[in-house]
Amino acid sequence: MKEYIQKYFELRKHDAQVAWKKAKNRKMCYLFLAPYAILFTMFFVFPVVASIYYSFTYYNILEAPRFIGLQNYISLILDDDIFLLGVKNTFMIAIITGPLGYILSFLFAWLINELPRWVRSVAVVVFYAPSIAGNCYVIFSVFFRGDAYGYVNAALMNMGLIDTPKLWLIDPKYMLPICMLVILWMSLGAGFLSFVAGLQGVDKSQFEAGYMDGVKNRWQELWYITLPNMKPMLMFGAVMSITQAFGVCDVTMALCGYPSTDYAARTIVTHLFDYGFSRFEMGYACAIATILFLMMILCNKAIQSLLRRVGT
Amino acid sequence: MSRKKKEIAEKPYRKPLIKKRKPNRSIAGDIALYLFLVLVAMVMVFPIVYAVSSALKPLDELFKFPPRVFAQHPTLDNFSDLFVTMGKSWVSFSRYLFNTVFITFVGTAGHLIVASMGAFVLAKYEFPGNQLFFKIVTVAMMFTGYVTQIPNYLILNKLGWIDTYWAIIIPAFASPMGLFLMKQFMEGLPTSLIEAAKIDGANEWKVFSGIVMPNVKPAWMTLIIFSVQALWNNRASTYIYSEERKTLVYALQQIQGGGIARTGQGAAVLVVVMIVPIIIFIFSESQILETMASSGLKD
Repeated sequence: MKEYIQKYFELRKHDAQVAWKKAKNRKMCYLFLAPYAILFTMFFVFPVVASIYYSFTYYNILEAPRFIGLQNYISLILDDDIFLLGVKNTFMIAIITGPLGYILSFLFAWLINELPRWVRSVAVVVFYAPSIAGNCYVIFSVFFRGDAYGYVNAALMNMGLIDTPKLWLIDPKYMLPICMLVILWMSLGAGFLSFVAGLQGVDKSQFEAGYMDGVKNRWQELWYITLPNMKPMLMFGAVMSITQAFGVCDVTMALCGYPSTDYAARTIVTHLFDYGFSRFEMGYACAIATILFLMMILCNKAIQSLLRRVGT
Repeated sequence: MSRKKKEIAEKPYRKPLIKKRKPNRSIAGDIALYLFLVLVAMVMVFPIVYAVSSALKPLDELFKFPPRVFAQHPTLDNFSDLFVTMGKSWVSFSRYLFNTVFITFVGTAGHLIVASMGAFVLAKYEFPGNQLFFKIVTVAMMFTGYVTQIPNYLILNKLGWIDTYWAIIIPAFASPMGLFLMKQFMEGLPTSLIEAAKIDGANEWKVFSGIVMPNVKPAWMTLIIFSVQALWNNRASTYIYSEERKTLVYALQQIQGGGIARTGQGAAVLVVVMIVPIIIFIFSESQILETMASSGLKD
């Protein structure tokens, strides 16, 4: 046993030496990578580590962080009803808008794929514009205004479906569905572009071969030929959708206010803002961030292993 | 199906009247799906059209009831009002505009250079740590920037960058998405191109700036559009609190907070905010799609 361990370490040492020699030969590479690597470590890797560290402390910026163990997590899960509400809302939004937005992105990319070239490029702009148009979603607060001048209220009253205007963005009952609608409207993002490009790249001769082998209609073609070819893009799109779905906060803050009535539109991220930048309880906020981080990574890994089975 | 085949077999040289249809497509299905597509497209584009048209509406039309979607007497009054009313406020509208333009321009340029340099060696050279680093970058794409916001605040504070433009600009340099897309696209470049240049005596920097970069121009546009999209829409209110350094989106929120009287101007700012990324996208669409073709995540 001892010998075995010794051998293992010797091999490791040898590997490290080889790597070191290779690294020495490739000094230029490290120089090229250095600016990005330094900034990336500083603003992406280190913050995640720091966030995990601070989540075990009580830290309010003024005093030095004080180690309190799991206390933050315990009070988050057991005492903080608003956080649990935020988790619930985030999950609701993520479960509905995430997959639906993802499927819509693919569906539209697939539908416009066979259009003539110029129609297709117009269609891409039309579908992609909402997600790139920045704060255009605030226009929905005009449509869903709470008085009779709001378009939705006016239309519904004219049709006789309701007799008094509904407070769409103030009544907790309606907040989440409206936010989901707006998020869906903006969900055709980078993943959609990736799908459009990926569909163009599918080898045409495969469709002919499939036709010979008895593929009967477009849906079979989609399942047996298109989807397996698109796997890398599907993975990329999934990553984009999940990241977006869990990070919801801009839309709810802009439409329903911050804080919203009865916290009905609170998400994990707005809770994080509340504790981080309003109450300056950095340790607590970092615990929220860490939970969100773990949720996103786990969800991504789960979806990826699921997607690997598509079309096989 | 068999009759159709027979027809084709009998008249092999007849030119089809309409463009040859793909196999596996039914006409009914085509019509239904395209109708659906048109309908959805109209829904998608409506809010944007509405925003543009209400920015062009004169005051009396804005509050007309029942409201109309399109302006009957379009004017640019709302845009000029922006400069007039905001000109009297503490910070003029043009200052907000400048802030946003500056942040977007510098942030995007820096991101393009820094990310391309990193992507170049990751894509084209073998060195220890290469794979690992790229894996970490792809993991970083899997969580939102909000997760890191609080430690980022503390770091920027240590650096003394809070309340400066750098607080927004420098972290934007390291956006993982740009490096990822650039690296994937650069992998498609033939290695022989680089080797030929090396034989001619070019050093790495020459290869990078003279050969690789000009050949990946489509990817530039993609990096630019994603970076512009993120920076142009940046509210910047967590890291910047001096009024004179705040951005357009922040001004937009202030104007919309001004209530009913500011409706027209609110719409005008909204148009200014959203039109720039859309226009950049329209002009670079084909290049962006070319890059996105290599965007797939492989295991």
